[in-house]
Amino acid sequence: MSTTRSGDPLVSVRNLRVSFRLDRQTTFEAVKGITFDIPRNTTVALVGESGSGKSVTSLAMLGLLPPENSIVDPASEIILGGRNLVGLPLGELRKLRGAEISMIFQEPMTSLNPVFTVGWQLEEVLRLHVGMSGRAARKRAVELLREVGIPEPERRIDAYPSQLSGGQQQRVMIAMAIACEPKLLIADEPTTALDVTIQKQILELIGSLQKRHEMSVLFITHDLAVVGEIADYVVVMRNGEIREQGPAKAVFETPKDTYTKALLLCRPQLDRRPTRLPVIDDFIHGTGPQHMEDRRRGVRPSDPIVLDVKNLGKSFFSREGLFGKREFKAVKNVSFQLPKGKTLGLVGESGSGKTTVGLTLMRLHEATTGEAFFEGRDLLSMSPQDFMAYKRRIQIIFQNPYASLNPRFTVGQIVVEPMSIHGIGKSAQERTDMAFELLNKVGLPEVSFYKYPHEFSGGQRQRIAIARCLTMRPDILICDESVSALDVSVQAQVLNLLQDLQDEYKLSYIFISHDLAVVKYISDQVMVMNDGEIVEIANSDDIYRHPKMPYTQRLLSSIPRGWRGERTRAAD
Amino acid sequence: MATDIAALRDRAPPLVREIPHTVSPGLWVLAWRRLKSDRVGMVSLVIVAAFIVMMILSGAGLIAGDWNREVGINYAPPSFAEEAAPATPGAGTQGPALTEIAPTTPEYHSNVVDPIGDVIEKLREGGAVQPPAASGAPAAPSTPAAPAAEEKSVDPLADVMADIRAGKSAAAQAKPEERKATLPFGGDKWGRDVLKKTIKGSETSIFVGLAAAAVATFLGTVFGAFAGYYGRWVDDFFNWFYSVFNSIPYLLLILAVAAVLQQKGMLTIILILGLTGWTGVFRLIRAEYLKHKSREYVQAADAIGASNGRRMFIHIFPNISHVVLVQLSILVVGFIKAEVILSFLGFGVPVDVVSWGSMLNEAQNELILGKWWQLVAATIAMATLVTAFSLFTDSLRDALDPKLKGRAGA
Repeated sequence: MSTTRSGDPLVSVRNLRVSFRLDRQTTFEAVKGITFDIPRNTTVALVGESGSGKSVTSLAMLGLLPPENSIVDPASEIILGGRNLVGLPLGELRKLRGAEISMIFQEPMTSLNPVFTVGWQLEEVLRLHVGMSGRAARKRAVELLREVGIPEPERRIDAYPSQLSGGQQQRVMIAMAIACEPKLLIADEPTTALDVTIQKQILELIGSLQKRHEMSVLFITHDLAVVGEIADYVVVMRNGEIREQGPAKAVFETPKDTYTKALLLCRPQLDRRPTRLPVIDDFIHGTGPQHMEDRRRGVRPSDPIVLDVKNLGKSFFSREGLFGKREFKAVKNVSFQLPKGKTLGLVGESGSGKTTVGLTLMRLHEATTGEAFFEGRDLLSMSPQDFMAYKRRIQIIFQNPYASLNPRFTVGQIVVEPMSIHGIGKSAQERTDMAFELLNKVGLPEVSFYKYPHEFSGGQRQRIAIARCLTMRPDILICDESVSALDVSVQAQVLNLLQDLQDEYKLSYIFISHDLAVVKYISDQVMVMNDGEIVEIANSDDIYRHPKMPYTQRLLSSIPRGWRGERTRAAD
Repeated sequence: MATDIAALRDRAPPLVREIPHTVSPGLWVLAWRRLKSDRVGMVSLVIVAAFIVMMILSGAGLIAGDWNREVGINYAPPSFAEEAAPATPGAGTQGPALTEIAPTTPEYHSNVVDPIGDVIEKLREGGAVQPPAASGAPAAPSTPAAPAAEEKSVDPLADVMADIRAGKSAAAQAKPEERKATLPFGGDKWGRDVLKKTIKGSETSIFVGLAAAAVATFLGTVFGAFAGYYGRWVDDFFNWFYSVFNSIPYLLLILAVAAVLQQKGMLTIILILGLTGWTGVFRLIRAEYLKHKSREYVQAADAIGASNGRRMFIHIFPNISHVVLVQLSILVVGFIKAEVILSFLGFGVPVDVVSWGSMLNEAQNELILGKWWQLVAATIAMATLVTAFSLFTDSLRDALDPKLKGRAGA
């Protein structure tokens, strides 16, 4: 980092090396000698995909790495206020934590203790680090809650974490983190688990707090678009090394490193829709992005309809009192038509009922009301025996590829199983042949057949899940947040694969996602849901350019746009 | 779509059917590798394996088949404590007399000490004291061929007595040789080799432990699978059943089942322990099924059309099998101890079968006489096995711990 605003940087990381002991012989070097500065009163973003070592770096700064299997090279330096934090005794470190450096984590729900009120947890921080007690601590806690934008802080201070929404929980976490006015706030993916509208608010909150308290923020994220919104400096990491660092403007506008360039381009953008998304390999191999010409999207009234959903409703009942029942309507009166070979994007915030729609159509949940016509028959009212024949025609790809594959099955077993259940293929040999074929199709080597899911990365696992669905030759594929858990570069590959398969087999997709940019890229039609109801349904270009409903407008304006220059670069 | 894939298959070149591949290690292979690097685990595994081999050999009659033979003098001291034994006369009044008399009158030694000793022993273990039997007993050694029919009418144990008598005289005739003054680990009241008794006892104790644990684990797993997977009234039913079982004090339940089954024997104990011990496994397995049935891979199995049974036993079961295995291992330890306790209390194996529990029971009286070796032998054997098995269980759990697996796989 060439320039610092006010003399010495707040924190200098010099040649930081961290390795993990895997077993007695092997160690794995997670961070390979990185050097960077965090200047005073700035926001530094540490960007990287999973396995890049960004979180390990932040944990090392707080001394929070598990001592039993992690080794921080003693020659490394993390200098804060003239003191090297590496090798500092635990007691000293503990004094620094919270007071000088504090941290907010990704999952606010698991970071707060559910059995104490948020006030108690806030006051504890004040008691421990500032020595405040009783009334003073409570008064300060109310002030902090007000500062982070919790409505009615006098009342909310006695609430338990479960009584707050996800966004409010993250606000409480931030309040705890800034309680002692730290000089450095480390935010580890603080908005990844939140909805876009909440994400926007939290980003704004962190930005304003940073300015008001004149602290520095180390913002760790995988999402370059978020970085563009708030960062002054950007450090791009990959595989434990720094690929590029510099002021945000330089990194976004004139990236020097191929990896940074690729990262900037492979995320779907709102205003462009290339036929294929560029992937990292395009850049590493020097071929550059190909097939960048725009793909036309949209649904015409003449398109044949494959699935016609009418008045779909789903209620969940919870017992109340002795005999009472409380009804919660997760999906209310949803009607839509899915044209053949097209993609219907389903967007909405958490709790909007979008996933329930998908599961109900699969009959993984039984619908409360409504009909879904497929080839003239109502899928929702037929008997389970009759439905069996249709089951394979509608398939689903789940969000988490780590959870949706049975860890005790080999990939071969996973892919062959649906064929044997549905009697596809005449013999075991034929099924095996088809499995090999499909693995090729989704871009996996044939050896995968004999391996277990844990030997694959997230993107590869999602390919296995896709191959499993393809064995049944479905007409409709429901993708329930299927790319949300993947890294940006892998996301692009899987999206390309889904697109290829649609082109080849004329599959119809129902693409459920909270990520508006991805939905915009892949969908012909977009359906916006809120509180179980359809807010708006229209062709994807129309809805993004001219949203009609206020909710849609609010949703779209919350999408992190990234660096202003990012779009101008991508356009040429 | 359908035609597309069919067409694809037709024009595709003949596929390599068997492609070269390295076998990917599954969970069990990985667990075994981890276990192998665990020193404590391996040592305890070897000990446990040694005990099991011993059990099998003894069950096949290859070793300790003649445990019932009276090869030594009564209360023969262990060979390594030969000098020590006579030097402790104060321990029992009959102590010195024994060693003097025994060599001269080997056949009747037990009756010299206590003429009706075996009958009383028999009765004590049989649970019913019948005065006619006791009074008829003194005549027994001198009149081996007593009128059986008469005796039978007064003594319900006459048959048993006759058997014992016949067996004894047969044994006495079969080995006219001198009884040994010392035995490797001493002898019991009748001069039976304590070491062989311990080995034979291990057969009973380990077999009962393994078999009962298998029964209990099986019941607990099946019940737990159904309760956790189906939920609703099935779950309610099994929970009710479980609560009823758990509300009765454990020992009373065992005694009640023992009373209902009416007969003593290894099978009975296995059934008693198996039928009462499933509750802990049930609770754990039920919780695992509750957790797993909503996992995405099970939903995915539902989506591809897998039936309930397939999801329960082909998809979910392999994912919780390590829990079952650890539970099984814990139960074996518990049941070995339970068998010992039951036999000690006299509710266990019948008298003609030796187990560590019945050895400990006998040792109660022997201790007063200062004959410690039977107690020590049974205790050492049991303590070694139980400790080794417990340590092995811990190592097994560590090796199967999915959290550790995640870290190693990363």
